[in-house]
Amino acid sequence: MPALPLDEAGKYVAGAYGVFVVLLLVYVAIMATKLQRIERELQLLTRLAEKRRTERT
Amino acid sequence: MSAIAAIVRKDLRVELRTGESVPAMAIFAVTTFVIFHFSLERDSLEGELASGVLWVTLLFAAVLGINRLFVAEREQGGFDGILLAPIERTALLAAKAAALFIYLVALELIAVPAFAIFFIRSGFWDALPLLIAVLALSDAAIAVIGALLASIAVNTRARDLLLPLLLLPLAVPVMIAASEATKPLLSVPVDSSIAGKWILVLALYAVIFGLLAYALFDFLMED
Amino acid sequence: MDDTLFGKGLRALAIASVLLLGAAIALVFFYAPNDADQGFIQKIFYVHVPLAIVALVGFVVAAGFGIAHLRSREQKWDQASYVTIHMSIIFGVAVLVTGSIWAKGSWGKWWVWDEPTLVSFLIVFLLYVTYYPLRYSIEDRDRRARYSSAFAITAGAFVPVNFIAVRLSESLIHPRVLSTTGGHMPGEMRLTFIVSLVAMALLYATLVKVELASKHARMQLRALRRALEDEPAEGAAMATALATVPARPVSVPD
Repeated sequence: MPALPLDEAGKYVAGAYGVFVVLLLVYVAIMATKLQRIERELQLLTRLAEKRRTERT
Repeated sequence: MSAIAAIVRKDLRVELRTGESVPAMAIFAVTTFVIFHFSLERDSLEGELASGVLWVTLLFAAVLGINRLFVAEREQGGFDGILLAPIERTALLAAKAAALFIYLVALELIAVPAFAIFFIRSGFWDALPLLIAVLALSDAAIAVIGALLASIAVNTRARDLLLPLLLLPLAVPVMIAASEATKPLLSVPVDSSIAGKWILVLALYAVIFGLLAYALFDFLMED
Repeated sequence: MDDTLFGKGLRALAIASVLLLGAAIALVFFYAPNDADQGFIQKIFYVHVPLAIVALVGFVVAAGFGIAHLRSREQKWDQASYVTIHMSIIFGVAVLVTGSIWAKGSWGKWWVWDEPTLVSFLIVFLLYVTYYPLRYSIEDRDRRARYSSAFAITAGAFVPVNFIAVRLSESLIHPRVLSTTGGHMPGEMRLTFIVSLVAMALLYATLVKVELASKHARMQLRALRRALEDEPAEGAAMATALATVPARPVSVPD
């Protein structure tokens, strides 16, 4: 197959690089959600620790 | 060595008595050939099509046998027996691989003649000696990887499902080599040359994964 | 208790990745010449091939982690093996999709069986996706780690064997579909490729570290929660210690 003209080839190249970027961003989004969950759990546990400490005194 | 022979003898005796694996594999293969006849709408096959049909069927039939390879050990506490006995644990692996090899040979004693009768119109006897060599080497390769994967899958929850999923991609090099080597043998006219590279691939595969299985088996048998 | 902080050095790694990725993109679109045969579409080469190489190396590295786990029995090696395989599978999805796009643009079909690297990659990918059901079907943590390591080692050995077999099965008359300028790469292209490859490798390492840090944090949280709920005094002490000194690692009595 002869080489595609620039405008057509451009769409494929954009598609390929776009897939790469989108996958990367999806991964970042998933990591961000996990981080949120970690923060929330940490908040819960510090509150629990505080409660325990005041219970002891 | 005698431990391996003892386990193999035990397995063969059980198989002869209960016929759990080999008859099912053979019936499956022959029925699959019939299905191929209808779905391909062919009365005879040659070359790569014949080679492909034969090897795909043999592989899927092998899966049936491999699934059952360690089942008796799992259900009747054979694993504990091996662990307690004063023998090397890898003897169990070698025995299972040897037993599987024998099952595959038994399968082929039925399936290959059936295949020839159904689909090969000429040249089968000329092809037979080399075909036997290819079958034997491929059986060794499948026996090695099958025994390893069976020992991985048998201790998991979804073992019947997991084994084919693990085996099929891993078996691709064997399938490539076996069908490429068989293709000229089933062509019309028979081309009795086997490219040495396919024999090499099969041998390499059997050696690499044989060594790997030997090294890994102890870790798999720890409980 | 394991005091490894996976976050150490992560910022530097991430920054290096971003810089090199930027450099790579600049080189790809402003420096590397257009391919004589394939034209502009060949640019996909600079994202597709580095992804594939890094993913495959990742699989082999995971096998190494598997060996480390079997020898030391430490969970951290199994964790590393899992995360590496996981990342390589994700990269693998990108490889297959970008390869397919390249095939469509170059050859008009969404898949080509004539490209042995792509085909052998597909087989490897299909093998590694069974890693997940394998892990999920074993409940005992030690056995799961051991079996996963055995799988990682077997599959890692399989990668080169499979590549050789698929390569050999290609008929010699068919030209390589997705090769570049018939095998001769001019210097500008080679430089661009190397920068892209290094950038991709750094990105991979960054993401693996991020994932490991996140997993580690969750594990520590779980341990902390258990400590708080079982032994209130000790747990509270640990919690306040960790809460008031957030930036430095704390050694905790087991």
